[in-house]
Amino acid sequence: MITFDAVTKRYPDGTVAVDDLTLEAPTGEITVFVGPSGCGKTTSLRMINRMIDATEGSILLDGRPVREIDPPTLRRGIGYVIQQAGLFPHKNIVDNIATVPRLLGWDRRKARDRAMQLLERVGLEPGMAERYPFQLSGGQQQRVGVARALAADPPVLLMDEPFSAVDPVVRTSLQDELLRLQAELHKTIVFVTHDIDEAIKLGDRVAVLRVGGRLAQLADPETLLAQPADDFVREFLGHDRGIRRLQFVPTDGLPLRSGLTVPEGYDGDRSEPWLLTVTPDGRPVGWVPGDGKGGPEPFGTFRPGLDSMRAALDAALLSPSGCAVAVDDDGRVLGVATRDDLDAALTGAVDGGRPPARPERGHE
Amino acid sequence: MNDGPPTIWEWVARNWDTGRVGSIKDLLGDHLVMSLVPIVAGLVLALPLGLASVRWRWLYQPTAGLFNVIYALPSLPVFMLLISVTGLSKTTVIIPLTFYAMAVLIPAVVDGLGSVPDHVRQSAVAMGFTPLRRLVRVELPIATPVVLAGLRVVAVSSISLVSVGALIGQGGLGMLFTRAYQNPFMPPVVVGIVLIVALALVADGLLVLAQRLLTPWVRARRAS
Repeated sequence: MITFDAVTKRYPDGTVAVDDLTLEAPTGEITVFVGPSGCGKTTSLRMINRMIDATEGSILLDGRPVREIDPPTLRRGIGYVIQQAGLFPHKNIVDNIATVPRLLGWDRRKARDRAMQLLERVGLEPGMAERYPFQLSGGQQQRVGVARALAADPPVLLMDEPFSAVDPVVRTSLQDELLRLQAELHKTIVFVTHDIDEAIKLGDRVAVLRVGGRLAQLADPETLLAQPADDFVREFLGHDRGIRRLQFVPTDGLPLRSGLTVPEGYDGDRSEPWLLTVTPDGRPVGWVPGDGKGGPEPFGTFRPGLDSMRAALDAALLSPSGCAVAVDDDGRVLGVATRDDLDAALTGAVDGGRPPARPERGHE
Repeated sequence: MNDGPPTIWEWVARNWDTGRVGSIKDLLGDHLVMSLVPIVAGLVLALPLGLASVRWRWLYQPTAGLFNVIYALPSLPVFMLLISVTGLSKTTVIIPLTFYAMAVLIPAVVDGLGSVPDHVRQSAVAMGFTPLRRLVRVELPIATPVVLAGLRVVAVSSISLVSVGALIGQGGLGMLFTRAYQNPFMPPVVVGIVLIVALALVADGLLVLAQRLLTPWVRARRAS
C-alpha cells in the first residue's frame, strides 16, 4: 500500500505543485491520478519513487517512509513506465527488458530468460528480442516499456501517461492488455492520465486532482460518475457522464425473449414487426420485417452478464428493430432484449440511484 | 647507368630505410606519434571537460570559447612560444595539436550527451541507475556516435596538421615538403602527400569500423 500523508510539494519560487495530498493507493489495485495539466498528478507520482522529494508530509510504502530509503534501491523495487516508453536506443529489446534485473545483480542468462518470458507475456513475438527500439512501432515500444517495468517483479508499478502517445486503437488494446495482466499479477499500480475515460476504464479508484495540486474527489469510477463531489469534477467528467455510467450497469437481469428467431430464408407472415434470422448453428444473420418482405437489416450483439448496459444499448441502436441480440461467447444467439426491456432496465439506473453491482470490466 | 633524375620508385627505394635520421620510414613513425598522441590525449582530456560542462552549464561557454581562441591562434607563434619550454621536440608539435583536438571534441562530447533523449535519461533514473552507472551505461553509449563523428574530423586534421611542425624541424612526413622547397625535386613532395592522405584514410576507416562495432543500433536505425 502507498500512503500519502499530508504531502505538499512547494518549489523555491513559491509555486505549489501538490497541496496537502492525503490518500491511499491500496495493495493490488489500480489507483488513477487524473486531472488537467498543472494539477500535480505527475509530480505526485514522482514523489513516490523520489524522483521528486516532497517538501512537507510523507509518503509511505507499506508503512515505511520512502524518504528513509536510498533512491536507487527504492527505484529498483518500483516498476516505472513513461509516455514515450523511454527505451534505451542503444540496447536491443531483450537487454532493455533485462535492465532492472541486471542492476539487481542477476546473472546475464537468468535476466535474459526472464526478459524473454516477459516479452511473450506482453504479447510480443520472441523474434523481436534482438531488434532495437527504433525498429518497433509506438505501441510495441510501449509494451516493451511495460515488460521492462515488470522484469524484476516489483510489487508496485508507476505509470505516467503510458498510453497517451499512441493512436486510439492501439491505446484501447494496451489498456485491455494492462487489465488482463493486472488480473494475473495484482500489482499495486498508480496510473497518471489526463484522460477521464482511461481513468474510468482502468481505475479501481480514481483520484481527481484540480489545478494547484488539490484532491477534488477520490472514489471508485461508479461513484465518481453517479455522485461527483462538485462542479469541477462534474465538468471534468464531461457531458456524456450519464451514458458512460451505463458501462457499470450489468446486463445480468435483462429479460431475453426467445421467440423472435427464424431460420434463414423466412417468408412467413407473423404479426411481429421484426424477426431475427439465424444460421442453422444459431448465429445471427439479420433482422427481417415480420411479413418477410425485405431485409436482412443490420443487427448489434452483446454478451449478457459480460457486457454492460452501454454495450446492450449500443447494440439496440445499431439495428432498425431497436432490439439488442444477446449472444454467447461463441456468437450463438441466446435471445433478444427488446426496447421495452432495455427501457425498464435503464429506469433502474437513473442518476442518483443506488449504484448497481459492477459487471466484469474490460468487456465493455 | 642512368644519370637523369631518379623516378619516384627509385627515390623511395633509396630513401625508405637508410638507417639515418630522416629516412621515409623514420618520418612516417614520427608522423604517427605526433598525430596519434594528440588524438588520444585530446579525447581523454575532452571527456572530463565535456562532462563538467554538461554538469555545470555555465562552464561550457567559457571553456568552448577558450579552446576556440586557441584553435584560432596561428601555429607558428604557438610553436615559438612553446619552444622556450619544450624546445625543438615532438612535444612542441603535440601540445597545440592536442588543444586543437579538444576544441573539436569538447563540443562533440557536450552535443553527444545532449543527444540523449530526456525520457531515456528519466527512465534510467526511475529504474534505479546510480549517476555514475547511468553515465557509463546509458549516456556515454548514446553519445558515442556524435563523439566518434568529432573524432573522425580530429583524426584527419591532426594527421594533416603535423606537417606544419616542419617549420621547427619536427614535421614528420612534412619534412619531405621543406626539402623540396629548398631543392625543386618533386618525388619527396608526391610521396609526402600520398603517405599523409593514406594515413588519414586508414585512420578514418578504422574509426568507421569502430563506429560499426560500437554502435550497431545506429545502423539498425538507418535501415529501419
